[in-house]
Amino acid sequence: MMEPGLYHLLFISAALFFIGVYGFFTRRNLITMLMSVELVLNSVNLNFIAFNKYLWPNKLDGLFFSIFVIAIAAAEAAVAIAIIINLYRSHHSIDVENAEEMKF
Amino acid sequence: MNLTLLILLPLLTAVVILLMRNAEQVKWTALIGSTLQFVLAFVLLFAFRNERAGGNEAQMLFELQYNWFPAWHISFHLGVDGISVAMVLLTAFVVIAGVLVSWNVTKMTKEFYFLLILLSLGAYGFFISLDLFILFFFLEIAVIPKYLLIGIWGSGKKEYAANKLALMLMGGSALVLVGLLGVYFGGPEKTFDLLTLSRGHIPVQVQKICFPLLFVGFGVFTALFPFHTWVPDGHSSAPTAGSMFLAGISMKLGGYGCLRVATYIMPDEAKEYATIIIVLSTIAILYGAFATMMQKDLKYINAYSSVSHCGFVLLGIGMLTKTAMTGAVMQMVSHGLMTALFFAVIGMIYERTHTRQVNEMGGLMKVMPFITTVLFIVGLCSLGLPGLSGFVAEMTVFIGSWQHPDPFHRIATIAACISIVVTAVYILRAIGQTAMGPIKEGYNNLSDAKWNEKLAAVILIAGIIAIGVAPFWLNDLISPAAEIIMHKVAGK
Amino acid sequence: MNDFLQIPMLQVLPFGKDIGWALLLIPLLPLAGFLLLGLFGRKHIKNSSGIIGTSLLLVSTVLSLYTAYGYFFEYGKVNGVYQKLIPLQYTWLQFSPGLSIDMGIILDPISVMMLVVVSFISLMVHIYSLAYMKGEDRFPTYYAFLGLFTFSMLGLVMASNIFQMYIFWELVGISSFLLIGYYYDRPSAVAACKKAFIVTRFADLGFLIGILILSFYAGTLDFNTLIQRLTSSSAPEFQTAVASSFLGVSALTWALVLVFIGGAGKSAMFPLHVWLPDAMEGPTPVSALIHAATMVVAGVFLVARLFPVFSMSPPALQVVSYVGVISALFAAVIACTQTDIKRVLAYSTISQIGFMMFSLGVSGSGGENGLGFTASMFHLFTHAMFKALLFLGAGAVIHFIHSNEMKDMGGLRKYLPITHITFLIACLAISGVPPFAGFFSKEEILLAAYHHNAIIYWIALITSGLTAFYMFRLYFSIFWNKEAPSPLERAGGEVHGEGGFAMMMPLVLLAVGAAVAGFIPFGNFVSSDGKLLESAFHLQFSIAPVALGLAGIFAAMWLYKKQNNKPDAIAASLNGFYKAAYHKFYMDELYLFITKKILFNLIGRPAAWFDKNVVDGMVNMTGNTTQAISEKIKGFQSGKVQQYAIYFLAGVIGLAVLFIYIWK
Repeated sequence: MMEPGLYHLLFISAALFFIGVYGFFTRRNLITMLMSVELVLNSVNLNFIAFNKYLWPNKLDGLFFSIFVIAIAAAEAAVAIAIIINLYRSHHSIDVENAEEMKF
Repeated sequence: MNLTLLILLPLLTAVVILLMRNAEQVKWTALIGSTLQFVLAFVLLFAFRNERAGGNEAQMLFELQYNWFPAWHISFHLGVDGISVAMVLLTAFVVIAGVLVSWNVTKMTKEFYFLLILLSLGAYGFFISLDLFILFFFLEIAVIPKYLLIGIWGSGKKEYAANKLALMLMGGSALVLVGLLGVYFGGPEKTFDLLTLSRGHIPVQVQKICFPLLFVGFGVFTALFPFHTWVPDGHSSAPTAGSMFLAGISMKLGGYGCLRVATYIMPDEAKEYATIIIVLSTIAILYGAFATMMQKDLKYINAYSSVSHCGFVLLGIGMLTKTAMTGAVMQMVSHGLMTALFFAVIGMIYERTHTRQVNEMGGLMKVMPFITTVLFIVGLCSLGLPGLSGFVAEMTVFIGSWQHPDPFHRIATIAACISIVVTAVYILRAIGQTAMGPIKEGYNNLSDAKWNEKLAAVILIAGIIAIGVAPFWLNDLISPAAEIIMHKVAGK
Repeated sequence: MNDFLQIPMLQVLPFGKDIGWALLLIPLLPLAGFLLLGLFGRKHIKNSSGIIGTSLLLVSTVLSLYTAYGYFFEYGKVNGVYQKLIPLQYTWLQFSPGLSIDMGIILDPISVMMLVVVSFISLMVHIYSLAYMKGEDRFPTYYAFLGLFTFSMLGLVMASNIFQMYIFWELVGISSFLLIGYYYDRPSAVAACKKAFIVTRFADLGFLIGILILSFYAGTLDFNTLIQRLTSSSAPEFQTAVASSFLGVSALTWALVLVFIGGAGKSAMFPLHVWLPDAMEGPTPVSALIHAATMVVAGVFLVARLFPVFSMSPPALQVVSYVGVISALFAAVIACTQTDIKRVLAYSTISQIGFMMFSLGVSGSGGENGLGFTASMFHLFTHAMFKALLFLGAGAVIHFIHSNEMKDMGGLRKYLPITHITFLIACLAISGVPPFAGFFSKEEILLAAYHHNAIIYWIALITSGLTAFYMFRLYFSIFWNKEAPSPLERAGGEVHGEGGFAMMMPLVLLAVGAAVAGFIPFGNFVSSDGKLLESAFHLQFSIAPVALGLAGIFAAMWLYKKQNNKPDAIAASLNGFYKAAYHKFYMDELYLFITKKILFNLIGRPAAWFDKNVVDGMVNMTGNTTQAISEKIKGFQSGKVQQYAIYFLAGVIGLAVLFIYIWK
């Protein structure tokens, strides 16, 4: 078996990213959209870690940054779910198409 | 005399107004505040004269300078010369009169007076600041309350008028800002300081771009043709005090800026562009006067006549002679007092008759002798009757303009002279239809002016007559300052 | 507070008698009256306001007479020449070194003469009005305005600076406006006062531009210096003023003609006379004071004041004389057809001022040539007497009969004996019948014209005949003609007599003046160069004018003494011409056309339209365009989160491409 290299990781991360983006664009359910955003964030995390490991193995900046991202993602999830719950209360639905009052 | 007082006093008044509980307290606070401003302006006048009499020949007196934003060489730099003192006096007169005539405002009294005092703060700051950045800062302070004053307390098409006015004035100040930045970056040293800039020499290519920007930007404020259309709509929709401040103070910010900023620091291009300025201001004078003839609403009459009268300010500046420039400043002071009084008296009439259409009125002299007498005085001042301020200012501009012996300046002067006839036509028409003639149905029981209105009118008339009967004191104040600007223009 | 309240440069020249204070009081007392009555008259001193105004003016008049006595007989003359004295002068508004508006007092023969005329006539009118205006609601205001007028007029005649004169010139204009519009609730009075002010304002435009030109070339606004610089042909100022020309006419002539336009407007010369007949809407004493004796001769006074300069420019003098003589004839013809007695008097005023004007126009400067100048001033003096008298007499008639129309009058000699006699004296004076005042002054004018210009002489001669005719037409129509209906039959049944002492005293005093003023050896006092001018009296020369005058009187007697239909028959035979004259040669219609059609419809309306649609349209267009664009692109703001995300992604990719491939 071949040792997975940087390119493999980058490939996975890119795939994850686009899956996330695709999900974000196509899903109408806010929860799934949130999950898609998490995928995007995690793909970024993967990138950070991969670059850290392969390019500057002596440093920890990438790891720290991904920990920050995880923390912020958690906070974001909390806020987003709170918004979603409120949206559900007012619109009786969490379909993003129904929440489009913020327009011209 | 500490000039920060002129800024702190309105600021303090505004804050105290916010703390007041009821309308009565607010009104009295505003009145006390504006009376103190009035007193302060006179203290400034006498202190200034004392200094000058004591042989202090410095260009600016009572200078103060604090660092404000040292990294960008912005300092809080204040100082006054004769022109500033004249403008401060004008502001004080208009503010106290404006506060007095607004005595009957019942809707959101606190906010109304707060905005009035805020506006006066902007005006004082503008007239005494010597740093262009601070000057711009105060200019903006003076613009924004007007939007609210018209939008909330106005009448007629008030939203339209408020938007138009705010957008046009903001547009003007945007041009000013760009021009100021151009001067800052294009000048010999990176500074906003007026005196430093005036001592140095700004490269001609920079002037070529920045002078029109600044002149037009300030010109919008002072109804430079063809950027004058905010004047009729804005004035006619504004509440009485709003119109008074707008015409009495705001339009003067522009004239002062054109003179003090644009012409003073960029004299080379001022000479280049003088022809255009003269043409535009002559058009404004005549065209404003002719357009006034066709108006039927008293406020529109005064608004268009303001376009015509402010044309004299720009004409005086464009002529670039000491006398004409003195005349321009005198015209600013005179027009400020006169037009404030005119709007005040229109407001008084409107409060009683509930109309501003001249053909719906008639014979008001019978029921309101005081108000119609004031209308007569202000009308006669507008048409340039000797003994009142308008005459002195216009004649000074004429004499100053006539110093150029070439046909172009001659024709412009004669064209401007023609306006005095047209002014007589529309003023007499307006007065004849409102005050004279048989009294109209239903106007028989109207009351005359009350104490606050009388006091406001008397204060403004006192100013008008003081200039009209004894113009030498104003002349002594202004002409040395105008001479300094002319020296700069002449390149000495 | 240091020098704040000090009048700058109060300069009192020393001379014989210390009358500086008195001179200052002459105009200031009426001003004090104006302020006092204007501010407090309505409420506090309503009933005594007339007395207050009159007594202030009485003091002023006494001071004027005192000044005149002092000037003419004690200290005015140095080596046989009357001097121009400037006892008081201070700088009012300094423009540049040498160019300033000064407020000063000048004493020379014409200003002193005018001082006497103005204060005396004004005093007469003040007294007369005590009775005539009694019971008016705005009695104090009336006296306040009279005070303002007297102040301004006195200031005008004493002005030592051309701009000072302009200032007071405007002030008399506004006092005239206020007094014509005294009955402000009558639409006709409102129209008349506006018209008077605007027409004279239009003329003042000429005056103003004339002042600007003169001040530019002379480098001063001071009368004395200006005259000095523009009359000596060696002075550089004079040479440039003559050398520089515009449209082939020298700057000096332009300036003088423009100044004359100002004078012509104020003096109601053709074609700027239209305001004067309408000005008769004012109270009759006002017409006597302002529109007959004093303000309307300001134009003559102006030309006389600048006469030395005028005499350097023959074309300007020709303009003056032709305008004068045309006005004289033109107004006299119209006066023959008018039926409103005040209008007849108004046209006669225009005609008589025309005499004064052309008399100045035909005059030369200095010595015998200056006869026209003296004659003009003499006529101004006598005219003030008899014309004020005529107006005050007409006032008494109107007061009695409550109408201005001739057809309501007739046979009044029974009821108004004093008025009748004084009116007759005035009519004889104006017609030039010896030995009344008008004879002497008119004779001198005709003599001056005869020596100078034959056309003007003949027109003037015919006009003087016409004058006699229309004045006696007026006289016979009022006091003879048909029998007066008994006063008791009049509407209201109110009977009053001639109006008591206050009204009769001025009439009698003025009648004495009109009768004997002609014997004053005027040339001794007033002449173009200040020197003595012997006015020769030629009996044979007087035959023609006197004969013509008498012919006019007899014609009027034949036509109007008894009621008959001869006047109508003559009017019918002159059909078109009569009609044109009756309608004042359609001058009013012409003016109406110019103002309504041209000024309003051709300039004002398009200007207002242009402003509303084009200039404002541009502004609104900017707003509307912005709005339209945002309307078009607002779809981007769809509210759909995922759409935004796509734009966002596209943007990021776009930027990435930009940075990676294009900017490297």
